[in-house]
Order: sequence, then structure tokens, then C-alpha cells
Amino acid sequence: MDFLDILISILGSTIRLSIPLVFTALAGLFSERAGVFDIGLEGKMLAAAFAAACAAYVTGSAWVGLMSGIGVSVGFSLVHGFASITNRGNQIVSGVAINFVVAGLTIVLGQAWFGQGGRTPQLPNTARFSEIILPGAIAARDMGHLGKFYANVISGHNLLTYMAFVAVPISWWILYRTRFGLRLRAVGENPGAVDTAGISVAWLRYRAVICAGILCGFAGTYLAIAQSAAFIKDMSAGKGYIALAALIFAKWKPVPVMFACLLFGFLDAFANFMQGKSMPLIGEVPVQIFQALPYVLTCILLAGFIGVANPPKAGGVPYTKER
Amino acid sequence: MSTASVSLPNWITYGLIPILNLALAFLISGIVVWIIGEDPFEALTLLLDGALGRGEGIGFTLFYATNFIFTGLSVAVAIHAGLFNIGSEGQAYLGGLGAALVALALDHYVPWFAIIGAALFGAAWALIPAWLQAKRGSHIVITTIMFNFIGATLMVYLLVNVFIVPGKMAPETRTFLEGGQLPKLDWLMAMFGLKLGPAPFNVSFLIALAMCFLVWLLIWRTKFGYEMRTLGVSPSAASYAGIPYARTVIIAMLISGGLSGMMALNPVMGASARLQVEFVGGAGFVGIAVSLMGRNHPVGILLAAILFGILYQGGADLSFEMPNITRDMIVVIQGLVILFAGALEYMFRPALVRVYQKFTKA
Repeated sequence: MDFLDILISILGSTIRLSIPLVFTALAGLFSERAGVFDIGLEGKMLAAAFAAACAAYVTGSAWVGLMSGIGVSVGFSLVHGFASITNRGNQIVSGVAINFVVAGLTIVLGQAWFGQGGRTPQLPNTARFSEIILPGAIAARDMGHLGKFYANVISGHNLLTYMAFVAVPISWWILYRTRFGLRLRAVGENPGAVDTAGISVAWLRYRAVICAGILCGFAGTYLAIAQSAAFIKDMSAGKGYIALAALIFAKWKPVPVMFACLLFGFLDAFANFMQGKSMPLIGEVPVQIFQALPYVLTCILLAGFIGVANPPKAGGVPYTKER
Repeated sequence: MSTASVSLPNWITYGLIPILNLALAFLISGIVVWIIGEDPFEALTLLLDGALGRGEGIGFTLFYATNFIFTGLSVAVAIHAGLFNIGSEGQAYLGGLGAALVALALDHYVPWFAIIGAALFGAAWALIPAWLQAKRGSHIVITTIMFNFIGATLMVYLLVNVFIVPGKMAPETRTFLEGGQLPKLDWLMAMFGLKLGPAPFNVSFLIALAMCFLVWLLIWRTKFGYEMRTLGVSPSAASYAGIPYARTVIIAMLISGGLSGMMALNPVMGASARLQVEFVGGAGFVGIAVSLMGRNHPVGILLAAILFGILYQGGADLSFEMPNITRDMIVVIQGLVILFAGALEYMFRPALVRVYQKFTKA
């Protein structure tokens, strides 16, 4: 394999590994721009993955799986909203709690229902989102590097992958071109002003966390019934936190979020590729370096060494109307 | 008038509300058990019996509680300074490295140096997030999350590539020699007529109790504790009073990280006598719940830590008796306790205020 072939195959897996990050980071974007910190992204993604796998197994339909994934994830979003918006509880604690509950519950229920040690049964291809071969992709495979790029990077992904890339401009449009988006961003910066304008802060923030729930539902569904064919325990494996890092790395903006997720996905793909291989001059590079890199980069960014990352001003602060 | 500004007597704030929250968390856990198809009351009996029934069970309960006392204190110290340290997990992990390095180097000799090693490494892992918060204004919650992950990958790297015993598969250090381990507390149990058995209940429990006292002393009886609390309540007041922000933040986080790091003594030096991957196992996050439930006071933290110890040990025992309920049920219960006692702690308050006002007016 020459260098370009390797690069194309790494880019192909970059796309596959970035998708859950894109969905989850966009989920965090909606929530955090409205002033609700969300550490529970990880848990919601995992819950959605479990629900999607169960529903797809029982009904045999990937779409029912997707709907259940979204439903369960939105349910947890509402719990987060109830704790942090209605009861003005600590948003970080609420997120941590959701992560704990989901991490345990998925295994307990999975074991009780299917008895496979927390796994769900293997799904047939008809109950999954399988790869879509774009027109001409098979022919293009033999037409030089550009053709291979088309066949392996652009084509050959499942429907949810393409939806993730559609979700980015849609999120941008909602946040920056609609009245709802303007108010959502305002409520994350200065909820008092929004309240003075006669708009309900609580209802706006609830809608924001519901958006986050829907997007986490997509992310979890992707993990369980598009990328794999079953739910495996702890299958989110910290992706929710990487997505959080990507969100910060992108300074809470939708299009940079996509690029940050692609970058972190690339690091992941590159680490997989480098496993056990040695680089010229340096020798074998430990994979852990690539695994830690997203977090290290985010810390360096937060330290203000690469531009300034300013979080939404009212983030993490519950809104109290009267004292 | 909003109910938030009405003050309630202490027995409601510190007694009734936490009990109601806990009761709700257990009620929902019971429903989960019932959904699985087991009897919740039988499960609860088995859980309590497993945790408190025999000397060995109590030993394990207190062993787990020791972990949570350290991490709970760690979270509480940071909270008093207005900082949310969710990096206890990573700081404890690195603390394990500190303890193990000392233990590997000194082996037979006094294991007590390991306390310093654990505390130093835990504190060191809190230093960078603290410095970033104090000097560069980056949010400590986010940086400590990042450092949890950086710490985890660093430890995996060290255990897989540096400390692993040649020829073995398990990524762990060699076992510390005899004398490189903390003594068990069988005499303490014997005083109550209980047999410890194989439970790894060890001296770190006493160290944890000493730390409870020292943290109380620090927060309520020293000048620095006063400065910390001032900063926690009102950063602007602290600034007007001439309390240096950066210094207070960094020292508070170093203490917090040091306490987390010392948690590693218990599993690493007290139980397994070697450094293993993932030995912290979420104790850092449980510390958040423990600190919240204990209202950030050492006495409350001690009680909450014992409660979580009971859950841990009882839950483990329960999964033997009822194979349908896996060990992960404990994680669910923990999550629910964190949710109801932490994030939803004031859910019942408005209703209680109304009831209370009715009674006091009448």
C-alpha cells in the first residue's frame, strides 16, 4: 500500500469514528448555548444505544430502533432538565448521576432480559442501518486515488452518517437564523434579559435540552445499530466526554464543532492504524498518546494558548426569577 | 414570596430532607428490582445482611467506606473554596502511582512513606487544573474532567509498558513484599467481638478518620479555611478583603488532590498490594455524592461514606444470592442517590416549607 492508500483508509475510518462525536457534540452545543451544562451526554448516548438495540431486536426495524433511542435519550434529558431547570439543582451533579444510572441500568436490564452478560443479541442486517453504496462507487474503486477516495470516504457509509453531516448546517441555521436560536443563545448569556422580554427561560431551556436529547439519541443509535450490530456494555467508552472536549475545542460553534470532531476522530483512527507499527526515526509510538491528545489539546486551548474559549456566560447557573 | 428564602429548622434541612431524598432513591431502585422480576424487600434484606450481617461484611463495608471518605473530603475541601473538583478520580489514580513507587522502592521498610507519596502525586495531578483556573481562567470542572482521562491513559501506558512484570499478561506492578502493606485492623474488629476474616479493612480507615478531623480543623478553625470559605461564598468579597485568589485556589486544590491521592493507600497498599489498572473504579465520582449528602461536613461525609460502603458491599453480596441482579445494580442505586440527594436535593423543599408554615402559624 502506498501512502495515499493508507491515508484514504484512515480517512474512511475517521468518518466512521467521528459520527457519534458530531451528533453528541451538537447535542452539547444546544444544551450549553442555552446555559445548561451537560456532563450527561455520555449517559444519554449509552441509554439510546441500549434502547435502539433492544427495540431493533424486538421489532426487527432499524427505524423503530432509532425512534426508541431518541425517546429514551429525550427522557433522560427531561430528567436533567427537571433537576437543573425546574429544581435549580447542580447541573454537573445531575449529569454525573445520569451517567451512573445509565451505566448500571443498561447492564442490569440487558442481563435480566437477554442473559448475555449485558449484551443484546446480534441483529440481522435488516434491523440495522447498513452501508449505502453511492452510484458509481464500485466502478470508481479502480479509477485512481480520487476514485478510491470517492468509494471509501464519500460512499459506503450508512444513512445516519450522512444525517450527521446534514445536522451540522441545520443546527447552524436553527441557532443563528431562527428566532428560537437567537433566544436560545440569549438565554445562555443573559437569562434575565430574556425573562424581561417576557419569554419563559424555563421553557426555552427545556426545549434546548430536548434538542440535545434528540441528537444524543442519534449518536447512541449509530453506535448500536449502525456501526455495530448489538449493544455492548459501556460501548460509548468515553465518547460523550470527547464530544464535550470537541465542543469546547470548537468554542461552542456548530461548524467548528464538526471539524473538531473530525480531528478527534482522525486521531482515534490514526491511533488504531499505528497500533503495533513503528514510525521512522521515533520507533513505536504508544497509542495512549493519541488517546490522550484530544484532552491535552482541549486543555491547552482552555489555557488560552490557542485563541480564547469563552463559554456561554450563564452556563451552569440556574436561573432564579426572584429572591 | 419564593419558598427558597424561608429558613427551615436544622432537623428538617439536615435530617428530614436527606432522608426523604434517600427514601425516594431507594424506592425507585426497588421498582427497578421489581421490573427485573425479583422481590425488592428480599433484595434489601439480603443487601443489609451482606453488608452488616457478619464481621467480614462489616470489614468490607468499612473498607469501601474508607475510599469514599477520602474522595468525599477531597470534593468537600474544593467546594468550600467554591471549586468543583470532579477530578478526584484521576487524582486518586495518580495517587496510586505515588504510593506504588514508594512501596516498590522501599518494600520492607515502613509503608508510611507511601502516604506522603500518594498525597504528593494526587496533589500534583490537581496542580495544573488549579493553575489553569487561578491564572488562565479556564473552568476547573472541564479541566479536571480532561485530566481524569489524561491520567487514565497515562496510567495504562505506565502499567502496560513500564511496570508490568515481564512474562505476565495482567497490566499491574509486582506484588509488594511483606511489610510493604498496611496492617489490617483485625484488632479493632476483635474489640467489638467480630471476626474480620479475609476482608481488607486496614489502617487507612484510621488515617481517613484523622483526615476528617484535620479537614474540620482546616475549614473551620484556621485562617486559611476562613479565606477559603470566604472565596467560596463570595469571590468579590474575598477580593475586597485582600484574600489572594490565585494562591487560595491553588492551595485548596492541592489539599483536595492530596486527599484524593491518599484514597489510593486503601486499595493499593491495604488490599491488593500492587498497582492495578482502574483500581479507583469510580470512587472519585462517588466522592461527589458523598460530599453532597454529607453537606460538605466531615461528620456528614463519614456517615454518607458508610452508607455507600454498605451499598457497595451489600450489592456485591446480593449479586451472589440473586444472580439476576448483577453487581451493576449498585451503580444504578448510586446514580439514583446522586440524582435525588444531589441534583434534586431541594425537590421536596417548597412543599415542606408550606407544610412547616402551616404548622408554625397554627
